[in-house]
Amino acid sequence: MKHGEVEDVEIRLLLEGVQRIYGYDFRDYADASIKRRLTHWLAESEFDTFSQAQSLLLRDRSVFESLLRGITVNVTEMFRDPAFFRAVREQVVPFLKTYPFVKIWHAGCATGEEAYSMAILLNEEGMAGRYRMYATDINETVLQKAGEGVIPITEMQRFTRNYQKAGGTASFADYYTARYDRAMLSTALKKDIVFAPHNLAVDGEFGEMNMVLCRNVMIYFKPDLKERCLSLFDSSLLPGGFLCLGLKETLEKKKIGERYEELAPTLRIYRKRYD
Amino acid sequence: MTRSFRAVVIGVSTGGVNALQKLLGQLPADFRLPILIVQHIGPEAGSGLAKLLDERCALRVKEADEQDEILSGTVYLAPPNYHLLVERGGFLSLSADPHVSFARPSVDVLFESAAEVFGPELVGIVLTGANFDGSRGLRIIKQKGGVAIVQDPEDAEARQMPQSAMAATDVDYVVALDSMAALLRKLAPERAVMPHKGRGRDD
Ligand SMILES: C[S@@+](CC[C@H](N)C(=O)[O-])C[C@H]1O[C@@H](n2cnc3c(N)ncnc32)[C@H](O)[C@@H]1O
Repeated sequence: MKHGEVEDVEIRLLLEGVQRIYGYDFRDYADASIKRRLTHWLAESEFDTFSQAQSLLLRDRSVFESLLRGITVNVTEMFRDPAFFRAVREQVVPFLKTYPFVKIWHAGCATGEEAYSMAILLNEEGMAGRYRMYATDINETVLQKAGEGVIPITEMQRFTRNYQKAGGTASFADYYTARYDRAMLSTALKKDIVFAPHNLAVDGEFGEMNMVLCRNVMIYFKPDLKERCLSLFDSSLLPGGFLCLGLKETLEKKKIGERYEELAPTLRIYRKRYD
Repeated sequence: MTRSFRAVVIGVSTGGVNALQKLLGQLPADFRLPILIVQHIGPEAGSGLAKLLDERCALRVKEADEQDEILSGTVYLAPPNYHLLVERGGFLSLSADPHVSFARPSVDVLFESAAEVFGPELVGIVLTGANFDGSRGLRIIKQKGGVAIVQDPEDAEARQMPQSAMAATDVDYVVALDSMAALLRKLAPERAVMPHKGRGRDD
């Protein structure tokens, strides 16, 4: 047997074990990127092979948590894909404004930048106090960071540019206080966001949402797990609600696809039909 | 016995638009190996390059979408801001992981994942570029038994990427862009029947 195949078997066994012991299910993640990350984790660890790692991994939760941090990649930005946020402002918010109160779910929110961007946008559009956001992720370490709302100051230049391209109407600097090398986001942005753990591979829906954003999360999943997530979002969304995916994700050929119309095709904003 | 291949992967950076037009422009519509390309490109570049190449080449050129099946006669370009990877079963996947070798898309990511899946049945090509992305990937392609081709640095608009790849591994062919299409056609003759093994599997 070739070396590569042994490693594939080891990875399968390891993910199986992790699922049984810790309840985290990574078996339906796309092989190529999860293998890349696991190999990276192994190289940084004290172990030579996955079989060697397995024994401690299944007994010592702290080893598992380091693996979890290695597997889930949490890169995100404020106003990631500015054209998307501009379209939300121009094409989605007018509908949201017709409701007295809206609920929004950010699934796979990482360190929270997407939710904070949305809060800025809604406040600027006069919806302050009329929304609640649920921002969830599988990784509790990033959720804790998300709740703190602290961003390295070195990122702020890039995020300011994004904000402007996304059609921001104020000055981005009004939304944070700089302290040494950090930018602390203002509490006005935090107060209507609830950060909570939620695993898209095993947990259930969030009821009566007006908008669900799940961007750059499902690209890591195999087709079956994608379908699971999409049906979760579908049952969470009210008729007329909005579903937003990453720029390289679509509802084409997906089971729930026919119940949605594309509002902004290349920007992956979909609206659930009323019938 | 002649060797058989299942895919070609190409990594290119500075000077890539010209180089790709030239190379792909010389391949016939019935060139049977799928071609996967990482061209370094800014995060908001749009999909103009795929359209341009598609118009100017006999082969079909498209920007890769998630879960695209890897088909013969088709050229797939990594989208701006995403890594392009090869999955078992002959599919593509994308990832928003951090930059690798200072790039996203990164040549190394494509090459390494393709080498995992295609092993010795892979041709890897490093073209012009002013950085070092692709060197590690090409070494891994060679380790798994694949063939490594590098654009002659003398012929390249930017010589670092080819040079660094040559330093990283024992390259099989160092050729000018003009003779590269002919080399590929020699490695993968159009008439040969393609064994459909491992492709289009239902999983
Ligand atoms: C690349 S980030 C995307 C962040 C943000 N949505 C964006 O587009 O900028 C992917 C996030 O998905 C999370 N994730 C991965 N698997 C998950 C799962 N099964 N359930 C919930 N979140 C998951 C990761 O922890 C990570 O924070």
